[in-house]
Amino acid sequence: MIADKSILDSKIPEGPIQEKWANHKASVKLVNPANKRKYTVIVVGTGLAGGAAAATMGELGYNVLNFCIQDSPRRAHSVAAQGGINAAKNYQNDGDSAWRLFYDTIKGGDYRAREANVYRLAELSTSIIDQSVAAGVPFAREYGGTLANRSFGGAQVSRTFYARGQTGQQLLLGAYSALMRQVDSGRVKLFPRREMLDVVKVEGRARGIVCRNLVTGELEKYAADAVCVATGGYSTVFFLSTMAVNCNATAIWRCYKQGALFGNPCFTQIHPTCLPQAGDDQSKLTLMSESLRNDGRVWVPKKKKDDRRPQDIPEDERDYFLERKYPAFGNLAPRDISSRAAKEVCDAGYGVGPTGFSVYLDFGEAIGRLGENVIRERYGNLFSMYHEITDENPYEQPMRIYPAPHYTMGGLWVDYNLMTTIPGLYALGEANFSDHGANRLGASALMQGLADGYFVIPSTISDFLAEHRPDGLNTTHEAFTEIEQKVADQTKQLLGINGSKTVREYHWELGRIMWERVGMARNDEGLKKAITDIQALRTDYWKNVKVGGEGQELNKNLEFAGRVADFLELGELMARDALTREESCGGHFREEHQTDDGEAKRDDERFCHVAAWEYKGDNETPARHEENLTFDNAKLTQRSYK
Amino acid sequence: MKVNVKVWRQENKDAQGRFETYEVVNLIPEMSFLEMLDTLNEQLLKRGERPVEFDSDCREGICGTCGLVIDGMAHGPKRACTTCELRMRNFNDGSTITVEPFRAQGFPVLRDLVVDRSAFDRIISAGGYVSVNSGSAPDANAIPIPKDIAERAMDSAACIGCGACVAACPNASASLFVGAKITQFSLLPQGQAERHKRAVRMIETMDNEGFGNCSNHAECEAACPKNISIDNIARMRREYMKGSLKAV
Ligand SMILES: Cc1cc2nc3c(=O)[nH]c(=O)nc-3n(C[C@H](O)[C@H](O)[C@H](O)COP(=O)(O)OP(=O)(O)OC[C@H]3O[C@@H](n4cnc5c(N)ncnc54)[C@H](O)[C@@H]3O)c2cc1C
Ligand code: SF4
Ligand code: FES
Repeated sequence: MIADKSILDSKIPEGPIQEKWANHKASVKLVNPANKRKYTVIVVGTGLAGGAAAATMGELGYNVLNFCIQDSPRRAHSVAAQGGINAAKNYQNDGDSAWRLFYDTIKGGDYRAREANVYRLAELSTSIIDQSVAAGVPFAREYGGTLANRSFGGAQVSRTFYARGQTGQQLLLGAYSALMRQVDSGRVKLFPRREMLDVVKVEGRARGIVCRNLVTGELEKYAADAVCVATGGYSTVFFLSTMAVNCNATAIWRCYKQGALFGNPCFTQIHPTCLPQAGDDQSKLTLMSESLRNDGRVWVPKKKKDDRRPQDIPEDERDYFLERKYPAFGNLAPRDISSRAAKEVCDAGYGVGPTGFSVYLDFGEAIGRLGENVIRERYGNLFSMYHEITDENPYEQPMRIYPAPHYTMGGLWVDYNLMTTIPGLYALGEANFSDHGANRLGASALMQGLADGYFVIPSTISDFLAEHRPDGLNTTHEAFTEIEQKVADQTKQLLGINGSKTVREYHWELGRIMWERVGMARNDEGLKKAITDIQALRTDYWKNVKVGGEGQELNKNLEFAGRVADFLELGELMARDALTREESCGGHFREEHQTDDGEAKRDDERFCHVAAWEYKGDNETPARHEENLTFDNAKLTQRSYK
Repeated sequence: MKVNVKVWRQENKDAQGRFETYEVVNLIPEMSFLEMLDTLNEQLLKRGERPVEFDSDCREGICGTCGLVIDGMAHGPKRACTTCELRMRNFNDGSTITVEPFRAQGFPVLRDLVVDRSAFDRIISAGGYVSVNSGSAPDANAIPIPKDIAERAMDSAACIGCGACVAACPNASASLFVGAKITQFSLLPQGQAERHKRAVRMIETMDNEGFGNCSNHAECEAACPKNISIDNIARMRREYMKGSLKAV
């Protein structure tokens, strides 16, 4: 482990934490308003991060090219977020502040995030709510007309804003409408149904992308003065996850292979409240928003393999294990802790349902106390979604839930300006590694995506652009032809194998390996085995996969084939990162490193750092770099939610 | 369980389409309709045939990407349910199910069951927004909004832009989709400044994109997975009236 600090300059501004962002904004170089239109900025992704970034940079006057996989920007996976978004508004007068949100987020991330970034996030959170309301986002309100809040996992104040169980949809539609306004004005040009397959560098600097037109299959090249990737997370590496089926790591993975460092790839979040798996052909797992834990109580029978109906199990024969183990936070304990607790009771034989791999989430008490109407108003659409999928009525019997892969804290390493280690290449939203450390608290990803998109990148990018004037570079430059050829060759290779196993079969197998060995609990032996198993699976993939169809046409199986090829490499890096991080922190739980009562045990002496991986070539071991984390404001303590 | 699916196959935009029938086996009732199609595609791939192309993403009823006409009904037989949320338990073992794309002049077929709905984006870009630049917003609680107004705006804002209303309408009208957006903003204080101009521009764009007129069949409401009410269309008409009077 050689710490090469020279390539990991986090560029954290000087000064007290409360003043860093203000000072930084005041000192960045500006681009003259009249010159902005001469700059082209590529934004890949139209989720909260990409959509907000493209819209805002359009408003500022840049010439923006905005890409997404779906047929419309409004369908980016941010749309699926249910529960809410945090902001330190302190509208409830319950003692909230930017400082408290900062502290909660640092602690929630188990002290593996950068203080300065997290403080900035907390500070910007309030402007996000103002912006969204002004754009017409219909957040939930009180009878008096003011905004309503609820509390969310890992927080003791009510700071979560929500729009029924569709907060992500409403925030995304807010960003989307701002984006479409810029499309209307001509400053943003939209490129839907495009998949970025590589980044193009000229003299070491990101100058464009190559993407595939998903309707015609043609490869297209676009040149720009800077490139922002906001392509979301990669939980789909587990095959089954709460992510949409098109979520992928391809864009960031190809950036990694071009020299952008990958931060903390093993930091993944397994969400405690998802629907349990029903069959082997299942394509995804459905999340039941964590907000349900505000009113639902989690329990299992005290007796192993108790097959009575839940209604028939008396109170004193139920184990409300979260309330028992974490009395201070109870059912609202953070995700990593709640997920592991559920896994433990199921592994020990107390789980319920046909497979024994689920626990109850019970609203009986809340319905008794508040009435069915209140519960319906709060969670109506979640309840009907549950009913639709399981054919069980949660107003009458408890829901059954089990943890599922949900979010990836890891992503491209970025500095305070959101720039990767490739000059001119930025990463925003879930695609970067920045603000959540080893575990993300509920309702803070939406906040980060919008902070990055609406407020951070529009400010920081001008610092770079002011120093790099437009130079007339276009896609006739040989660097573009080269990358286009490389991408075309890979497509040809995939189509040419014509083996006997489908892409989905490989993805499913990779998912098994990841879930078993690189999932909720990890150990040295399992991780080593994961690495060799993934390598073998990858070798087999390139010999025996069957893709079918042609490159020059609409061919979704070919799209998936490219993504799975990347997952087969990324999965190995995740295992490698988990193996070298010989400590437990947040969602990264190494069985060898736990406290006497089974909680994650950090090793701040050796691992109080970000691990950033550098690609060294196919079949070469990547290099691990470290960015040391210092805590001058938050106190490094053993996290406790008891 | 097993089913026979009679699926629309069409190589590209300009090709002539046709139905093909396939048997899909090894299904379970808990499976979603799209997982049934995934299973079919795995079978086709193994046999060296082209899989059936269809769009989907979130697979939980919120992104609006999926959308098929199943046995003649947009999003299938179940009310208030997207194609991806539909479970196989809604079909009988051994039945034959007809699957077609959303058909409308405004939604050309790209391949098999995949259609081009970009017209919806063009309608939104014609005023389906509030003009406020990032960073210039007042405090979020500065303008109180009564709870019932916020709730009604939310009812309209819940539209997922799937296009089932268009596919279900005998005139292929997009009025429910457009009405929902116009209603959301016309209810909220933030939407007032551009209220009438918005209605006129969005409706004119809808017409120019080749969508038909609404003649009150209400098929849209029945097909809508998000229960968007046709009251939104009535409100849209009023907004348009007021807007066109102002323009004179
Ligand atoms: C079911 C669910 C519920 C959630 N609930 C909450 C919640 O309540 N609160 C909260 O704070 N967070 C929640 N999250 C997390 C949060 O929604 C996401 O982390 C966040 O929305 C990610 O936003 P993003 O803009 O970074 O990426 P995304 O919204 O995923 O957008 C990615 C964009 O990139 C595009 N793209 C991807 N790859 C490519 C490529 N190769 N080429 C071109 N374009 C590409 C996509 O088309 C898309 O436009 C939830 C997540 C899930 C899955
Ligand atoms: S109104 Fe309903 S059917 Fe029409 S696009 Fe919106 S959600 Fe779909
Ligand atoms: S796939 Fe998202 S709504 Fe059906």
